[in-house]
Amino acid sequence: MKNQLGILSDPTKFHSSISIDNLDSELLKKMLESMIVIRKTEQQLAVGRKNGLIGGPVHLGVGQEAIAVGISQLLQRTDRVFGAHRSHSHLLALNPDFYRLFAEVLGKATGFSKGMGGSMHLHDQPNGFYGSVPIVAGTVSLAVGAAMAAKLQGTNDIGVAYIGDGAVEEGVVHESFNLAKIQNAPMLFVIENNLFASHMHISLRQPSDLISRFAIANEIPHKLVDGNDVVAVFNAAKEQVTDMRAGKGPRFLELVTYRWYGHVDWRDDVDVGVERSLDDIENWKARDPILRLSRAMIEAGIWSEDQELTINEELDVAITQAWDQAIDDPYPDSDATLKYVYSPTNLKAK
Amino acid sequence: MKNYDYGTAILSAFEYLLENYPEVFVIGQGLWSPWYVGNSMTDLDKKFGADRIIDTPVSESACTGAAVGASLAGMKPIVVHPRMDFMIYAMDAIVNQAAKWSHMLGGQAHPGVTIRSIINRGGEQGAQHSQALHAWFAHVPGLRVVMPSTVADARDLLIASVLCPDPVMYIDDRWLYEQEDNLSPVVELDLSQQKPCISRSGNDITIVGSSHASLLARDGADILGAEDISAEVIDIRVLNPFFVEGIVESVKKTRNLLVVDSGCLSAGFSGEIIAKVMERLPVNCLKNSPIRIALPDAPAPTSRFLQSSYYLSSVDVVEAVRRILKH
Repeated sequence: MKNQLGILSDPTKFHSSISIDNLDSELLKKMLESMIVIRKTEQQLAVGRKNGLIGGPVHLGVGQEAIAVGISQLLQRTDRVFGAHRSHSHLLALNPDFYRLFAEVLGKATGFSKGMGGSMHLHDQPNGFYGSVPIVAGTVSLAVGAAMAAKLQGTNDIGVAYIGDGAVEEGVVHESFNLAKIQNAPMLFVIENNLFASHMHISLRQPSDLISRFAIANEIPHKLVDGNDVVAVFNAAKEQVTDMRAGKGPRFLELVTYRWYGHVDWRDDVDVGVERSLDDIENWKARDPILRLSRAMIEAGIWSEDQELTINEELDVAITQAWDQAIDDPYPDSDATLKYVYSPTNLKAK
Repeated sequence: MKNYDYGTAILSAFEYLLENYPEVFVIGQGLWSPWYVGNSMTDLDKKFGADRIIDTPVSESACTGAAVGASLAGMKPIVVHPRMDFMIYAMDAIVNQAAKWSHMLGGQAHPGVTIRSIINRGGEQGAQHSQALHAWFAHVPGLRVVMPSTVADARDLLIASVLCPDPVMYIDDRWLYEQEDNLSPVVELDLSQQKPCISRSGNDITIVGSSHASLLARDGADILGAEDISAEVIDIRVLNPFFVEGIVESVKKTRNLLVVDSGCLSAGFSGEIIAKVMERLPVNCLKNSPIRIALPDAPAPTSRFLQSSYYLSSVDVVEAVRRILKH
């Protein structure tokens, strides 16, 4: 494989504090808190899965929080965001309601998808999250269509699709790049390049580790940044989102990152072996997007260890309460399996 | 001279929808030069603009998915697949996405997309320009499957499909396009209430079919009428969800059943009809064993000679009825 990501994919690099530029301190605090919420929520899910209270698979994105958090600061509620199998962060970055996520993952009627979706089928359209599904690349063309609709509807809304490096191996993704470009759709393709598809390293799947080569092939303006640097993600996305809202067509943002856990569930060692080593995992943990932002903010004097301790303690309490409440919540009614197959609202004949 | 044929009836449905519903748009291959689709989409791009009549790259999968996504965002898109065989590239968007989003997301998402796919066969076109795959789609909960057989249904069920908040697979067959009829002004129908209808009344046998098979059944019944065999023909119209009750009532009366289908025989929709009817009939109701006639379990051949015995005709319907009635 041709290594075109260079040091971006070298796990021994980028361990120090990030540059926070002149970003507003309130925005930095908001992004830090959002990342911590996502991290702690997913760690709770890992525990719940391990102890058997969660019956279905959970695909955790711990380590990848900066991507959704950096991008979501630039989104409005009427935007159209689509995810995939590893989408807890994509949802929580738009709406940090971990209680409803817990309820959903536990199959409870109070969840984001009324207990019909579980971890892999999430929905929060009032906050812009149209949906996530576990068919790899299953939502990419849908997001393009939602972006085309935004244009037809005369809004400045955009479509966003979170796409893994594995998903670009699906043919429909290339059709979608082409269609978005030819339609000049306001569509942001976010590539979360975490170097792995399930257990397979990108070197075993593709001739190059640079996913942006497909943006070049489709004449879509693109950027490539460290996905574990929330400020870099925010800055890159800011320019692209501004361009898209101004009618300049699709954009492509590739972010290099790494997931701490294995492909699915709570173990971090389950897919170690095929080019994924425990050393790499330890090194990538040192490229922690939360730690690197927090340190930078402390160094700049706009954050303190005490503040971080407080927020962590408060969140631990809130998460435990939310989890306990979700555990006690009711399951969907027994008629739900048939109830949601078709829409209940029949057209009233004129 | 009637005021519509099957193709212009479809065209008038497009015009009605595009005139009355700004959220309707059409996407598919060939729409700026729609010779693929007979007279059913002529000049829509000139009348309604290229923004709403979108001709596309050769990307069935992404274009169908895009229509699903646009429907989630409040539009009422119609995707056009001029030949059903090519639509197989779009199966994920149809089966995994459109059909399941309402259910998976707790009834909060409504992919109200209409997928118009055309059965276009014969003419020595062979195995990949010929298929009638309605049974596949009727197997998918959440996907409404509509097969208009008449000129009136071609127009009215297309309008009903687009106005329905659920995903709809609307399938028309080019072998139906020569039919003509006089149509009254449009009345919007609720698709969820559309059921099989009796298109010929009779007492000796019930013949059930959809789409082109239903036309063959009507023609067959007319031929049989001259022989004093009174056949009742039921046109299914909507295959999923499938309302079987009217067919059961008819069979209770005629006590004989023939099913005609334009798809392949095995694991096809003809078997589903017979199974659902038999489950609901009293024991010993039937005077004779039911029969289904459909395409052979083989891909369509290209050779004119082989093709002539592959597809069904109204004569096959007549002979099957005689076989059942031992006439």
